[in-house]
Amino acid sequence: MATVEVPQEKKAESTIPAPTQSTPKTITLRISRFNPSENAETKFEEFKIPVQKWTTVLEAILYVKQNLDHSIAVRYSCRQASCGSCGMKINGKPRLACYTKISELESNVVTVEPMNNFPIIRDLAVDFKQLFSTHKKMKPFIVNEESEVLPGTKEFVQTPQDLEKFLQFSYCIKCGLCNSACPTMATDKSFVGPQGLAQAYRYTVDNRDQGKKERLKIVDQSHGIWRCHFAGSCSNVCPKGVDPAMAIQLLRGYLLGFRT
Amino acid sequence: MRESIIMKIHYGTALGAVALVAVHILMRLSQKFSDSLQYQNVIANYHFLPYALMLEVILVLLSVHGFNGLRVILLELKQGATYERAINYGSIVAMAALVAYGSRTILMAGMGHS
Repeated sequence: MATVEVPQEKKAESTIPAPTQSTPKTITLRISRFNPSENAETKFEEFKIPVQKWTTVLEAILYVKQNLDHSIAVRYSCRQASCGSCGMKINGKPRLACYTKISELESNVVTVEPMNNFPIIRDLAVDFKQLFSTHKKMKPFIVNEESEVLPGTKEFVQTPQDLEKFLQFSYCIKCGLCNSACPTMATDKSFVGPQGLAQAYRYTVDNRDQGKKERLKIVDQSHGIWRCHFAGSCSNVCPKGVDPAMAIQLLRGYLLGFRT
Repeated sequence: MRESIIMKIHYGTALGAVALVAVHILMRLSQKFSDSLQYQNVIANYHFLPYALMLEVILVLLSVHGFNGLRVILLELKQGATYERAINYGSIVAMAALVAYGSRTILMAGMGHS
């Protein structure tokens, strides 16, 4: 009688290396404290906190809030660079706290401050009222009388090329980092700002939109598009890869007659 | 006036001024630089009508461009309806005054007065 040898199952050996242990280290977190109801002076408070290589600045601030000082005011929500709530100045540069790892800062001292060019509510929380009202003024929606999809009509067709023209600008999460980095906004409080101008371009260049004339009229004022000095700081700090400086230059093309 | 029209004038006057000032400098090179600043040579320039006209155009271009630039800087420095109106009208008045004074100089020198 023939016998069949059944091969014994070999124990599978993992080819994935075991995760290396991160050695926790201690850093100094300097947090800017400002409470307008108590006194008008900004002061820094220092906290020694343990961090791992994956610890984000937001996690470090929340560690302080949970364990050392619960009175720190900070705005946050999604923790994944989608909501745009946790913008602040980290070691002098406007960044999202949830998207910045302490290890990438390469410093044992991390200083967090509220964003520039915004009124401070308390500590790290700033007032977004002007940002949102400017955004609203730019008519951030498709202006088209035939936009209702009724029986007998169909959606607007867009080619990939049409989409490419505005896609990156639709990634804006309204975190305000671009406005915070803008040198014009530092002196001209009435300036529309890179966020608003980039959004004006996003809808103006959309081939479904018919509101170009209205939007160009809004940005073509004494504190509008012409006050941009093209420093490029806005594009440099955007966490979503949006290039507001480019949008502003392209939008100017419409007003100068280079684009139609 | 719409800001885009003002800025078109601003860029246009800059380009025009660069071109005409280049011609003006090249004219200085037609002789030794120190000679070009001699009293008789300077007066002779004003008596030569096309050159005097070019100087007048340069004066207008630079005044318009310069005072609009100053207006923009001042508008960025401070905001407020009254302040901005004062800056806008003040720039126009200052520009007109400078053009008038410069034109007077060109005319007087051209007519032989000093």
